[in-house]
Amino acid sequence: MSQPSDRVGLSREAMAQRVAQDIPNGAYVNLGIGIPELVARFVSADRTLIYHTENGLLGMGPSPEDGKGDPELINAGKRHVTTMPGASFFHHADSFAMIRGGHIDLCVLGALQVAQNGDLANWSTGEPGAIPAVGGAMDLVAGVKSIWVITQHTTRQGDPKLVEECTYPLTGLGVVNRIYTDLAVIDVTPRGFQLVELSPGVDEAYVRERTGAPLLPIREGAVTS
Amino acid sequence: MIDKRVESAAAAVADVFDGATVMIGGFGEAGSPVELIHALIDQGASDLTVISNNMGSGEVGLAALIKAGRVSKAICSYPRTANSTVFPELYAAGRIELELVPQGTLAERIRAGGAGIPAFYTATAVGTPLGDGKELREFDGRQYVLEHGLRSDFSLVKGRIADTHGNVLYNKTARNFGPPMAMAGRCTIVQVEEVVEAGALDPEVIVTPGIFVNRVAHIPAPAHESALVAAGATYP
Repeated sequence: MSQPSDRVGLSREAMAQRVAQDIPNGAYVNLGIGIPELVARFVSADRTLIYHTENGLLGMGPSPEDGKGDPELINAGKRHVTTMPGASFFHHADSFAMIRGGHIDLCVLGALQVAQNGDLANWSTGEPGAIPAVGGAMDLVAGVKSIWVITQHTTRQGDPKLVEECTYPLTGLGVVNRIYTDLAVIDVTPRGFQLVELSPGVDEAYVRERTGAPLLPIREGAVTS
Repeated sequence: MIDKRVESAAAAVADVFDGATVMIGGFGEAGSPVELIHALIDQGASDLTVISNNMGSGEVGLAALIKAGRVSKAICSYPRTANSTVFPELYAAGRIELELVPQGTLAERIRAGGAGIPAFYTATAVGTPLGDGKELREFDGRQYVLEHGLRSDFSLVKGRIADTHGNVLYNKTARNFGPPMAMAGRCTIVQVEEVVEAGALDPEVIVTPGIFVNRVAHIPAPAHESALVAAGATYP
């Protein structure tokens, strides 16, 4: 996706690349649909991650070439995928035992809103008449060891997505550990949002103006990019 | 001599009754037992409660069953997917009831039902609209909601190969809800591409043991939902 040259902050791809840098070698990882899926493209060759897809596959590989897909080999977004050496298939109850039993190390998800206490809203805008659909999001946030959110810092209308309290229906309570946005990396701490890193060309005041809750400043000695 | 083969998909679903609860395997099109569902449309049972992760696409398979007006209630985690229009239209018109269940809770409710566990506690959905009104209990300082096991009158499942005793192997991610739904069915019907004699499958690699399977329907070349939708097919 091309971005206007005067754009402030990271592109979707650069956000995914930034997340990929922080995932430790050997992690069992579940990537949500959308920007999170892009993360796998940017994991450096010296690291092996094992990707879990909740519809019953560990060791998921990239999408096959067009026309080479198998309708019975898909990911949670229902796209064709492949298997890596060492992959395994299993049924849904086992797949969610991996999730709910705390066996998956990391889940990277999109968000509608994240609250300063780590509450996440990412499955419904609660609009009357909308067809409700939740999938595995509530299970993932309740059971996976670390939950990272990757999202634009604000909505298309410019409203903050990092807020004091979520107004959309919740996916889970106090579940988010870290947030990667186009503007910054932010940790969720017992004291609220903690600024960890600013994207290149972005200053702290710019992020603060676009954040709907108090933001603790970058700590002394922290590295900024 | 045990032989669970039935002569056709029609014979397999002949006794599904009005008001039955029917589990239908599949995650999207992967593992959707299209031929059994079409046989159920032909058979005519109505007022069904369908338990399935999605609610079909286009106007074939599960979506066609819903379109035919046979389903009064859906228990489901994600009823809108690509090319899914039938369910949303009926839901918006108030003609089908929906019980929305987180996907892992749905899988575990089915597994629990099949294992004789009437209810269990889970952290999933605590503090969310899908946990509202459910019994809460604290264990080791964390809150959990009570969820109930699910059984079905009939479970319709797609496998790849079965033997005459009903031992089943699946294909890749088409396995998904098949094994737990097979356990939870009072009558479990499996459609497979290939049927072999008992003894032909290695006992070490059986995924669903035959005790969970009542009927095996041989469907040598099953249709894929996406191919039917792309071809503009409808059923009946």
